[in-house]
Amino acid sequence: MEVLLGITGKDFTIIAASKAAMRGATILKASDDKTRELNSHSLMAFSGEAGDTVQFAEFIQANIQLYSMRNSMELSPSATANFVRGELARALRSRRPYTVNLLLGGYDKIADKPSLYWIDYLASLAPVPYAAHGYAQYYCLSLLDKHHHPDIDFQQGMKILRMCTEELKRRLPIDFKGVTVKVITKDGIREQEYEDDQKVVVP
Amino acid sequence: MASGYDRALSVFSPDGHVFQVEYALEAVKRGTCAVGVKGHDIVVLGCEKRSAMKLQDTRITPSKICLVDTHVALAFAGLNADARILVDKARLEAQSHRLTVEDPVSIEYITKYVAGVQQRYTQSGGVRPFGISTLIVGFDPNDETPRLYQTEPSGIYSAWKANAIGRSSKTVREFLERNHKSDMDREETIKLTVKSLLEVVQTGAKNIEIAVMAPGKTLEMLPVEDIEKYVESINTEKQEEAASRRPGRTPGTGTAAILTRPSGEASGS
Repeated sequence: MEVLLGITGKDFTIIAASKAAMRGATILKASDDKTRELNSHSLMAFSGEAGDTVQFAEFIQANIQLYSMRNSMELSPSATANFVRGELARALRSRRPYTVNLLLGGYDKIADKPSLYWIDYLASLAPVPYAAHGYAQYYCLSLLDKHHHPDIDFQQGMKILRMCTEELKRRLPIDFKGVTVKVITKDGIREQEYEDDQKVVVP
Repeated sequence: MASGYDRALSVFSPDGHVFQVEYALEAVKRGTCAVGVKGHDIVVLGCEKRSAMKLQDTRITPSKICLVDTHVALAFAGLNADARILVDKARLEAQSHRLTVEDPVSIEYITKYVAGVQQRYTQSGGVRPFGISTLIVGFDPNDETPRLYQTEPSGIYSAWKANAIGRSSKTVREFLERNHKSDMDREETIKLTVKSLLEVVQTGAKNIEIAVMAPGKTLEMLPVEDIEKYVESINTEKQEEAASRRPGRTPGTGTAAILTRPSGEASGS
């Protein structure tokens, strides 16, 4: 019941990840951060097998950082996404594959465009305008299909995100303790405040 | 000197020398000069830069000052090709350290690691020592104290307030010993670095590279125009000094005497 959402717009990418750290039916923590900054302009959100997720994300983070140290330039979001996919694909064919689903949000400074990549534990990679992982797919993709447009501004993006999280609150049987929201623009990555105290009525 | 004790690397000569390591130190002495100076809250690296050839693209030719991690910089003197390998090992260790203990490396740790690698290459079969000395500078995580370390081909490492390695390093070190003060501010520190390099670099700003590190910031490479300003102000200072020392002469006539260094000084180190 982990939620990962990604929305791109005119000049930004929004990444939202649920704050609940769960083990079986128990919530262990309500302020979990399921994201890692890979470099100044790409952010990876992850869900899946508890130990695998952080291990894989930090392994990727270290390698992306090492790349920029060695070559004195930062890897673009598309290069990063393909590297991540490669590592997942390699692990998939090993004795112990990673069971990790990922959303990679970034801002491509050269193309001057926001970008979002959907990657799952079978190492499928798809560049997408908006994305969700897990059960959130069932509730949110239809909403995003209806309301998303490539030229939306940040306010409209947040409005769509609000619709998504309200729908999830309404329909998901387990409380996911709200979401942390991070935004990637040409200026870098920032955390967006996201109030989540409205009551949602179920019909 | 060559008497069979310099064939295999890990063999002592009867009087206790490992010749290959001493030859490596010789390679360091032939490398271009590098200087490191600590100020009150910054640390500065300066390098003598070889003159570029006419068709060389200086914009993308690698520098002698490299970043090991966001908070650690390294300058070297000696064989450039050897340095590439060593720097790469250091970068890998810096990231690996972050991954395993979730903390950036301390400057002492990475220095010890670099020196450790250099030592290993003096005691294993089938390898030769790294022909480089390094100056490693930076700031420890959550700390504002500038750090400056030196490593040598033998694997020795040491901490300094200011030091020089490479060609004519002795001249520069002696200059630093005479002129280094504690608690220098940014301007003073950079100026001392440039001034010490000018002791052995005759061609001025275009053959000098300066990098500045401050706590919590990334490495700052000074643009050539800024270095030129420091060089100019140092030269005018020297002229005024010379003029006041010899009141009989008019200022300006003494210039040649100041800029030309005594012969023979450049070759020794």
